[in-house]
Amino acid sequence: MSIRHRFIVILTLLIALIATIMPLPLSVDAFRPDWVLVVLIYWCLALPSRVNVISAGFVGLVLDVLLGSILGVHTAAMAIAVYIVAGNFQKIRNFSVWQQALIVGVLSALYHLIVFWMQRFLTDAVFLPSYLYPVITTIVLWPWAFLLLRQIRRHFRIS
Amino acid sequence: MNPIFKHGPSPQHRLLLVLICSASLIFFDHKMNSFEHVRGFLQSMVSPLQYLATTPKQMMNWAVENITTRRQLIAENNAYKISELQFHQQLLALEIVKKENDRLRSLLASPLRGEVKKMVAEILSVDSDPYSHQVVINKGRDDGVYEGQPVLHDEGIVGQVLHVGANSSRVILIVDVTHAVPVRVSRNGVRLVASGTGKIDRLTHNFVPHSYDVRTGDLLVTSGLGDKFPEGYPVARVTAVIKNDANAFAVVQSEPVAKIDRLRYLLLLWPEKPAGIFAPQPKDIKPTTSNKKASS
Repeated sequence: MSIRHRFIVILTLLIALIATIMPLPLSVDAFRPDWVLVVLIYWCLALPSRVNVISAGFVGLVLDVLLGSILGVHTAAMAIAVYIVAGNFQKIRNFSVWQQALIVGVLSALYHLIVFWMQRFLTDAVFLPSYLYPVITTIVLWPWAFLLLRQIRRHFRIS
Repeated sequence: MNPIFKHGPSPQHRLLLVLICSASLIFFDHKMNSFEHVRGFLQSMVSPLQYLATTPKQMMNWAVENITTRRQLIAENNAYKISELQFHQQLLALEIVKKENDRLRSLLASPLRGEVKKMVAEILSVDSDPYSHQVVINKGRDDGVYEGQPVLHDEGIVGQVLHVGANSSRVILIVDVTHAVPVRVSRNGVRLVASGTGKIDRLTHNFVPHSYDVRTGDLLVTSGLGDKFPEGYPVARVTAVIKNDANAFAVVQSEPVAKIDRLRYLLLLWPEKPAGIFAPQPKDIKPTTSNKKASS
């Protein structure tokens, strides 16, 4: 993987980070999909030896700083979700896009629950069903993000 | 390259490494607060991303501001002229009252209230994290912003500065679960503490005895205790008082007066350090002979 390829991967992650913190109206905000998780899962499926648990942890840390949460919360949640992908990437790759979308939905639910459990442990957060709304939008987002990122990967021949 | 053969440490080891790192980060950040300075530095590092993320919204705002009809502008202009006239008239009365107040305070030998330095800041981004209520503003250490600084809206207290970066900083709102403001009821001076609940339109007041005189509709203003917020700014209006003798304390809930979900511009205050009543009075400064010589 040349420096140019690495730059493209980092650029997609940066765009996902910007989409995560972009201001949205309050009614739509609860449905914001997990852009960063989707992009990380795609690169982990495509290049499991390049984008891995450690890169996921680092991106999670940047997300912690951007969101102003306690440092380390999103780091751990992101790393655990990507660890599951990294352990099963050969199986997940062979599924159809919609089956993959369901798996990404389960991972996204796990990610949100881990973040909630940690917040519950550290501060007195109360569970609201709206914390899991992003799972729905993430399932819908996955096929489109998958096709777009595969197009990017093939166009720039990243391997 | 062939991903069948493993390179480097196994995923288990990597996960263990990341989890240990994040556990220590959580411990040092949450329990020890040892990242206060690093947080400011990190905040300045990621502020370009925040400025980038807010550009679409700013373009929308710019478009909305530029695509207004002439008639709208004229109507707005007239409304502003009328309200300016009213405010000007009130200002004249205020000047007299202020002078009178200063004279009375000097008779009582109390310290005079000076003008407070203010600055307008614009909101860069609102957090999408549902567990905390924070916003990022476009003023930082270069503008003199400091940690714990009170932040206001035109209707009342909004929050205080949490982390300061070089040219952006993070404001924690009064509705955040981890935030509380000392307040008093403006009607009778009963002291309460307004704690955030994590919901944008709800503050709660813990440990209120049944005997306290608090009613629905009471305005709560900052009490100035705790030396964070200046005294007398509106915070919330009481929405519910439930006095059930089965409970040890009365349940009091209130709604912030500032529209926390519709913020765009905020006001930063630089309050003067409140002088206690036992603080030494400033001595009359007598011009010395050397000064006289220099001036003559």
